[in-house]
Amino acid sequence: MPENIPSKPRLTLGPVLFNWRPEKLRDFYFRIADEADVDTVCVGEVVCSKRSPFIAPHLPEILDRLAASGKEVVLSTLALVMSKREMDQIAELSGADGWLVEANDVSAAALAAGRPFAVGPLVNVYNEGTLAHLERLGAVRVCLPAELSAAAIATLAGGAAAEIEVQAFGRLPLAISARCYAARARNLAKDSCQYVCADDPDGMVVDTLDDEPFLAVNGTQTMSYHYVSLLAELDALRAGGVRRFRLWPQDVDMVGVAGLFRETLAGAVDPAAAAARLGALCPGADFANGYVHGREGHAMVEADG
Amino acid sequence: MTSASTASRPELVCPAGTPAALRSAVDAGADCVYVGFRDETNARNFPGLNFSRKELDEAIGYAHGRGAKVLVAINTFPRAGAADLWHRAVDDAVGLGADALILADIGLIAYAAERHPEARLHLSVQAAASNPAAIRFYADRFGIRRVVLPRVLTVHEIAALNQHIRPVETEVFVFGGLCVMAEGRCALSSYATGQSPNVNGVCSPAAHVRYEETAEGITSKLGGFTINRFGRAEPAGYPTLCKGRFVAQGKASYLFEEPTSLNTLAMLPELIEAGVTAFKIEGRQRGRAYVAAVVQAFRQGVDAVLAGRPVPDLDLDRITEGGRQTTGAYEKTWR
Repeated sequence: MPENIPSKPRLTLGPVLFNWRPEKLRDFYFRIADEADVDTVCVGEVVCSKRSPFIAPHLPEILDRLAASGKEVVLSTLALVMSKREMDQIAELSGADGWLVEANDVSAAALAAGRPFAVGPLVNVYNEGTLAHLERLGAVRVCLPAELSAAAIATLAGGAAAEIEVQAFGRLPLAISARCYAARARNLAKDSCQYVCADDPDGMVVDTLDDEPFLAVNGTQTMSYHYVSLLAELDALRAGGVRRFRLWPQDVDMVGVAGLFRETLAGAVDPAAAAARLGALCPGADFANGYVHGREGHAMVEADG
Repeated sequence: MTSASTASRPELVCPAGTPAALRSAVDAGADCVYVGFRDETNARNFPGLNFSRKELDEAIGYAHGRGAKVLVAINTFPRAGAADLWHRAVDDAVGLGADALILADIGLIAYAAERHPEARLHLSVQAAASNPAAIRFYADRFGIRRVVLPRVLTVHEIAALNQHIRPVETEVFVFGGLCVMAEGRCALSSYATGQSPNVNGVCSPAAHVRYEETAEGITSKLGGFTINRFGRAEPAGYPTLCKGRFVAQGKASYLFEEPTSLNTLAMLPELIEAGVTAFKIEGRQRGRAYVAAVVQAFRQGVDAVLAGRPVPDLDLDRITEGGRQTTGAYEKTWR
């Protein structure tokens, strides 16, 4: 491995973006705590504040179990903050003592300013000026937006004081709305949604009229149909200064996925073999890596040779 | 730069993609016209649109001579390593006498506030500041004077927000194309085509659009993905990604939004009551006739409300997308 690659890349398990049933979510985090080879685990409802009450009773035991496992725990905040109730929730989280908070909206960054915080990929950090300003406010880690190319990532990572993180696995969060498409697809309004998004634990697949899978809906969030996989790009991104990679929880064996990324980062498995193993871990999934190659996000650019 | 508003008389902020459209908007009664430079520094970076430095200089002269203001949108997110283009746009807009800059990126706003402390700064809808803490962040740190609200809030939420953020002014969209996602937080276009509003200033760009004839009619595609299909007798609409028909839960539908235009003419009294400072009309890509028709209608509407008269029942059907209209997120049932 080239010498200019830092020796210890870190893995973050991003927050579960889907509405998993509380018991499923609890058991998932328990298993992650006990078995997953990741450095950091993000916990918190990012997509829809209506879901928060269901998981709240389980949060203390989830946080305890993760902390006891020696993993760093990060509290992720809501992406689209509109109501007073949501605002209060952000204020409470951003002021939580003893936890690193990941801001997914400028409001959370503003409230966390003055002490260390992380910036999630749903805050727009596209250039050095914005990165520098957030660093001055206290940002110690920044997970970059999905649509950046490797060149843009390297430009940002090269001059960053904060640790730069890149989304390396899973469905990409592409858009957030006030409208709930999981409810709309079932002829329901958001106010009386019956929490139907819980029926889509890996997102609701959206096909074109020509039956081509295109997007995935997670309540008010629209995601990529494709799972991003940057297994073949990990080394190049590390050489560009990226120090951390994010794995988005999908409804698959995430302990296996994390282990595979760890092995690949360690050079213990070559990217082609790793890609084959990832395919086996994610039955039926299609993969993409277009954005880092400066292409459309759904594209899959094969490695040279 | 001058103070842009008074609390009692809402401003009508109108689009212009060309000098001719700007003159039409001013002549039709616009209080402000917003424009962009002819490059990727603005969110309507379409071929044949927007202003050179010389054109902006002349446009500002025309508008100021008739009591109207010119706002310059520099509201994409500067590319890493290439911020100079955006910095020059800020410097030139201020130098040419723009009445305000409409900005979205934190780094660019910091640059503008530091280099041009006298400049009046508005927060673009592309910043999607939807709550008091986010808006105060831009106001307290950079002196942002007005925020263009993302199209996610109800009228009630806007009224409550205004209570919390004074003296920061709010500007809301009242007519035209409707983003259904929080603006500036949507990468659907680049997922399909590689080009996005945030980076390139384009959504569902024309260069990636194809219309294919089939036995059933016309299929519209974006980046190779089918966005909609039309019968032979139907007009084939433009394949804006979020206004397409898709299949979910086993049925085809306009999953995100129908091809429709925002029209809040009838809601003007409520929006004025909610404390909104300025009403924005979308459509810098539209022709001068469209701009003139919409501006005239909303000029009549605002003036009627301020005079204590009912909003006139003006027919804007013929210029709305697919002839369909919505009040969008301003009513909670939209969600």
